[in-house]
Amino acid sequence: MKKKYSIFSLAKNALSGHKEWPKMWRSPEPREFYDVIIIGGGGHGLGTAYYLAKEHGLKNIAVIEKGWLGGGNTGRNTTIIRSNYLWDDSAHLYEHSLKLWENLSSELNYNVMFSQRGVMNLAHNEHDIKEIKRRVSANNLNGIDSFWLSKEEIQKKVPIMNTDNLRYPVLGASYQPRGGVARHDAIAWGFAMRADEMGVDIIQNCEAHQIRTKNGTIEGVETSKGFLRANKIGVVASGHTGVLAESAGIRLPLQSKPLQALVSEPIKPIIDTVVMSSAVHAYVSQSDKGELVIGAGTDSYNSFTQRGGFNIIEDTIRAMVELYPVFGKMKMLRQWGGIVDICPDASPIISKCNIEGLFFNCGWGTGGFKATPGSANVFAYTIAKNEPHQINSAFNLDRFASGRLVDEHGAAAVAH
Amino acid sequence: MLIINCPYCGPRDQSEFSNGGEAHVKRPDGSKEIGDREWGEYVFIRANPKGLFYERWVHTHGCRKWFNCVRDTSTDQILVTYKLDEKKPNLNNFKSVVKTPSGEPEVGSGNFTVEK
Repeated sequence: MKKKYSIFSLAKNALSGHKEWPKMWRSPEPREFYDVIIIGGGGHGLGTAYYLAKEHGLKNIAVIEKGWLGGGNTGRNTTIIRSNYLWDDSAHLYEHSLKLWENLSSELNYNVMFSQRGVMNLAHNEHDIKEIKRRVSANNLNGIDSFWLSKEEIQKKVPIMNTDNLRYPVLGASYQPRGGVARHDAIAWGFAMRADEMGVDIIQNCEAHQIRTKNGTIEGVETSKGFLRANKIGVVASGHTGVLAESAGIRLPLQSKPLQALVSEPIKPIIDTVVMSSAVHAYVSQSDKGELVIGAGTDSYNSFTQRGGFNIIEDTIRAMVELYPVFGKMKMLRQWGGIVDICPDASPIISKCNIEGLFFNCGWGTGGFKATPGSANVFAYTIAKNEPHQINSAFNLDRFASGRLVDEHGAAAVAH
Repeated sequence: MLIINCPYCGPRDQSEFSNGGEAHVKRPDGSKEIGDREWGEYVFIRANPKGLFYERWVHTHGCRKWFNCVRDTSTDQILVTYKLDEKKPNLNNFKSVVKTPSGEPEVGSGNFTVEK
């Protein structure tokens, strides 16, 4: 039955003390065979299952997840959404996603709390100015809203920012008004619920151990709940994608590293936009609860610890306090790390491979959340049709042989 | 933060070092013609295991010498560091704490930092 959410259902459930809300999805035992198995129950994986069922009419689908839904990088990122990427290929991909975000709450009838409060990318030196202005122009040619803000305009928008009295003064910024933030859990739960309603089996606490192949064709996947046969498998396991690919004998150009974030104690509204700075490496927005959500960097070494080094936080906090002296006495509540899979060109891989029926959606590195619905949408197309959608055709595995990379190190914000 | 035992200077704070990625990567020696795919693999693809990993470090703010290391990427525990001209240690000498390929170790990850 389709679950409906409205002010009336909220009022009705308030009367019964919020104890009668129906379960959002079933938790079935896995069947022996599926047409498609998606490995990874984050936003990208659940979204893929949703679009496979909705747009491609596939019904016999499972999503398997090692832990709980959205407990990986979907629940660990800083939820920033924008599409101001430099190259045409990435601009089209991220803009496709941004357009889906704009409609997602009504499409899912579930509030993903997408708040288009604008995203600012600061320039701190001459090179930043040139690079960012070039990117703004490229964005405009692709029909993406993006413009240059002078220092005075930044001061007006973010009065708490210290623009002058610091080691790397703020000289200007790019600004994308349609960018913003969204609720990370809601995107996973919304996709999960609607996919489940269309018959997708969502299986949590089911760890994929090994992808089995035979004569270059996919057989299925060994999991902690037994062997599941499948015609097609889509691997969307972020940091662990490389580990799973290895089990099928495929080497991917990915390196897994912890990316950290932290949140402060909640305070009254003080910053009403998203401000990112890749040069001094600090980015911040304020959540609806009032916490400052602060993004730090990746460690220099490979690791799967979901923790990250303390020096990374020190660097970020140093930059934050210099940029916003008013935050100097705030307490930080929590810190965590998520394992991101970084590609040499800072662009994702949404591709089939030389094993029939095996597909990868990975390499999102430090910026996958913004792409969740777009990535899921084109990945579902790729799996269903056995060929890439026009939008993701450039993000194939062959680019590492042909050399046609999509170098987005400048737009990816987190240096890696 | 890691304490890294530089084979030349002894244990020092991680902030003195830079990471150099996978160790013992061999450049194709040119003895035979290889195609774009093989070159692409050499240029772009590096091992990325969850568990025991051969890697390189350089003591940037110290002796500035490169050296190799075996580290467990599931816990960040450094098992051994050795000079570039030393033979690479056999990984069977070390115990892997990850039981399944993408499983979590009992102790040492961000989720389980202390013994339960």
